[in-house]
Amino acid sequence: MPFIPHTDEDIREMLAAIGVASIERLFDEIPRELRGGALAGFPPALGEMEIARLMRGRAERDGTYLNFIGAGAYEHHIPAAVWQVATRGEFYSAYTPYQAEASQGTLQLLYEYQTMMASLVELDVTNASLYDGASALAEAVLMAVRAHRSSRKVLVPLTVHPAWRKVVRTLVRNQGIELVEVPYCSESGHTLPGALARFEGRDFAALVIPQPNFFGVLEPVDELTDWARAGGALAIATVNPTALALLKPPGKWGGRGADIAVGDGQPLGAPLAGGGPYFGFMACRRDLVRQMPGRIAGATVDAEGRRGYVLTLQAREQHIRRSRATSNICTNQGLMVAAATIYMALPGPDGLAAVARACHANTLALVSRLTAVGGVARAFSGAIFHEAVIRLPVPAAPVLNALKAQGILGGLNLAHDYSGLGHALLVCATEARSEEDLARYAEHLARIVGRRTRPAAGALKPGSKT
Amino acid sequence: MLIFELSRPGRRNAAQAPAAGVEASGIPARCLRTQPLLLPEVSELDAVRHYTALSQKNYSIDTHFYPLGSCTMKYNPRVCNELAMLPQFRARHPGAPDDTGQGFLACLFELQEMLKSVTGMTQVSLAPMAGAQGEFAGVAMIRAYHDSRGDAPRGEILVPDAAHGTNPASAVMCGYTVREIATDADGNVEVAALKAAVGPRTAGLMLTNPSTLGVFERHILEIRDIVHGAGGLLYYDGANLNAILGRVTPADMGFDVIHINLHKTFSTPHGGGGPGAGPVGVNARLAPFLPLPVVGRAKDEYRLLGERDLPLSIGRLGAHLGNAGVLLRAYVYMRMLGARGMQRVADFATLNANYLMAELAKAGFEVAFPRRRASHEFIVTLKHLKEKTGVTAMDVAKRLLDKGFHAPTTYFPLLVPECLLIEPTETESKQTLDAFAAAMKEILEEARRDPQRVKSAPHATPVRRLDEVKAARELDLAWRPVNRER
Amino acid sequence: MTTPDDLKYTKSHEWVRQEADGTVTVGITFHAQEQLGDVVFIQNPEVGRRVRQGEECAVIESVKAAADIYAPVSGEVIAASQEVVDKPERVNQDPYAAWLFRIKPGDRSELGGLLDAAAYRELAESEKR
Repeated sequence: MPFIPHTDEDIREMLAAIGVASIERLFDEIPRELRGGALAGFPPALGEMEIARLMRGRAERDGTYLNFIGAGAYEHHIPAAVWQVATRGEFYSAYTPYQAEASQGTLQLLYEYQTMMASLVELDVTNASLYDGASALAEAVLMAVRAHRSSRKVLVPLTVHPAWRKVVRTLVRNQGIELVEVPYCSESGHTLPGALARFEGRDFAALVIPQPNFFGVLEPVDELTDWARAGGALAIATVNPTALALLKPPGKWGGRGADIAVGDGQPLGAPLAGGGPYFGFMACRRDLVRQMPGRIAGATVDAEGRRGYVLTLQAREQHIRRSRATSNICTNQGLMVAAATIYMALPGPDGLAAVARACHANTLALVSRLTAVGGVARAFSGAIFHEAVIRLPVPAAPVLNALKAQGILGGLNLAHDYSGLGHALLVCATEARSEEDLARYAEHLARIVGRRTRPAAGALKPGSKT
Repeated sequence: MLIFELSRPGRRNAAQAPAAGVEASGIPARCLRTQPLLLPEVSELDAVRHYTALSQKNYSIDTHFYPLGSCTMKYNPRVCNELAMLPQFRARHPGAPDDTGQGFLACLFELQEMLKSVTGMTQVSLAPMAGAQGEFAGVAMIRAYHDSRGDAPRGEILVPDAAHGTNPASAVMCGYTVREIATDADGNVEVAALKAAVGPRTAGLMLTNPSTLGVFERHILEIRDIVHGAGGLLYYDGANLNAILGRVTPADMGFDVIHINLHKTFSTPHGGGGPGAGPVGVNARLAPFLPLPVVGRAKDEYRLLGERDLPLSIGRLGAHLGNAGVLLRAYVYMRMLGARGMQRVADFATLNANYLMAELAKAGFEVAFPRRRASHEFIVTLKHLKEKTGVTAMDVAKRLLDKGFHAPTTYFPLLVPECLLIEPTETESKQTLDAFAAAMKEILEEARRDPQRVKSAPHATPVRRLDEVKAARELDLAWRPVNRER
Repeated sequence: MTTPDDLKYTKSHEWVRQEADGTVTVGITFHAQEQLGDVVFIQNPEVGRRVRQGEECAVIESVKAAADIYAPVSGEVIAASQEVVDKPERVNQDPYAAWLFRIKPGDRSELGGLLDAAAYRELAESEKR
């Protein structure tokens, strides 16, 4: 019996101690007509060797690709120490640190994480994680509406990740919150402060400000933050943690800084892993802390005056406040935060900034190689961090398919979410891409695009019908 | 010692950062950071030693018996981690096309099928990233269902007063008001109170069965008829699914929608508070509303279904497809157990709980529902011990830490005064349970003989009892260097 | 004295003192602070806010619990104590001195419906059982 240690003798003694004849009898309170829950079609057991063979076979069949997709999940180098330490059983198999004296490892780690994250965003307090960046943005919207009181409308630029906007809609729409779209400048690829003029004088709870935005472009965050402030709306920053080693932190945007900052922590040590688990981070000004969802660790002292750590401000949470809680969140993404903390400690401040610079430089180099291909151009003129939108002279889907056949994932096709952009691709080259990788992508792109744009011998003339 | 206190200016990990010298040439100066970044400057050895030492201050399943009620702290097989982290799965980008991940998607599709088999539900979505997100999705589907029928005035969700706090909180996030239903002396939902509460405003009832009180809800069929009769739907909180695997299914009990905590029943690690996964299962009438994505199969090709496939979906809960790595771990675990192993989970979880309950009763502890069978967990109440000795449930919990056991859940459910909710799980041996019962007996004797010793526990942990009041009154949520006040 | 005779009480555990100037002062009872445990946070209503009887108008938190404070009578909030906000432990130390806020009642007849000390003592006792 996998993972069940009982011997026949154990079972006999235990049944005798309970005073029943069989395990069957322990279920006698379940109405008879309900008993015998089907396990139709459930496969038979596999030993460790068999399941390993099955999984390895499937993994090998999937293979690996040279990846140039970013779009909210970034392939960074993860030092070996990160997961070797994070998967120690004492981190891996512990639960939420409710018994603080038996959980000082997790609690101190959370306190260190909160310190690092607060510094990255330059805001006063951070929580101990939410599910992912998208759901963190939804929680920030709910939090802003609670804090603002008079308005249930939130401005969301179209330069925010389209999947994140969908998630926010799912998570807030049943509470009568209205999300109002803000258009972007088709030339620069960012939100224009002038585009907000049409919303002047209306009451909004918050303005969401992405930095960098979904297109990889840098937004005029100072102007946008000040605009929100002037109109009495909160400024919600959505930020990339790698970028923050290099970019002005949300707490310093505009005259007084953003009020809330959220983002996806995946770049900090989480493997891509097909989409998760990652984690969402959230930070805010101190006076908003009681509106913040999620667990928070705090420092205190023990009975002998020694420093120690506990979960604090628990009266905000569902296990105490129930229907009046700031959120329903209970389990968060704890282990991913353990990995992120170790990840941030290893390279240190200069190392993380070096990672950010390398991503930036690699993406610029990639863009310059790709746009050297005839008919390929950048879609936007705005400065970028580590992603860019390029426009192809031919539809993107078949190009991506042809690249895939060469083992290359050439970027994210924007045809579905931004059909107005033409044959557009969102591409990314992190520090994990080498010069040779960039060259390989560019060579294949040149060949594939060239084949589709040069009329081959005997090709049909433009305008002819088939 | 904090990692920051180990930091020395200028100490570098040359191996862990790209070569210096690259400039951020394309970024305008006004966008750049000028503030110092408060990350430690330590060597790789410093960091490894520091976080290894921190880990050693934790109690965990791998190091201690962890009978935390309602959390199902069973052994997390190591192979599940190893196989979920195979290089190809680990490197898979969520934006990669479906045809580059057929092996990965096959695992997820089969996981959906196995979850359907153990719960009896018609369709499953793996999207929710934790139990509470599964609850949100489930209640949102209830709402979408009523809305789709034009049945709009149903604005109320019923929740037993013994329910997890997430239940009412999730209902409120879906725009519902919550009405609590009382519990009777035997731990069942008070049927008369339920009858009085249901009506044309009832959208549904959220129920855990076995309940949070550690007993099977015997009136489940009557409850089903009352709620369905009023036009409401029945939501199953899968927190306690471990107790009934292979014995009875939520579908047979009449539930319309359920969530499952993979980090409880299907043994994915709790990770110090996550990540979990909270897949949802539904019957046919709610299937159109499932959260996205759902893994579909046509012929032998697996594909992530999206908005075009399920236009009535409540939508997306996360940017990608959910906590995929957690889902793979659960898949490996379920395949290793197989059909027979699944049923044995409930059998031995129940055997262990009833045995430990009998042993603790023998040792002089007061069981909260002595006339009932335990499910996979049970409650001991220390109300009378507190009256006699002043020793509380919290004190006993802390003293258990000294004896090398993690504490049971304390003060939940709120209905039972001074309670310990104890869940041994099926992966613990009789010898471990006996040792725990012996420790509990010692504490009980000590409480009568020397209550102060128990009240001042723990004595043997890395820190003594911590001042939570100070932590809340004088918030200190991030470390500050001495000479760098913000 | 855990339930002073000269005060009025509510079923939701607020005490109410009628002042000479016709206003009422509101706090939480000894029994309430005992049930909550160490108070760590208080959020008072804004001065000038108009409240209805029974409306939630303040929040009080301990480490393990959170409670809403309800307006015992309808009227206008004319003062809110900064002292208890700065030092929430005052509510535990001396619940009848540590008032939370003052209301200028709009309908004095509502005062008649409040509990007297004897009735409140009985209520508190029944909750302990």
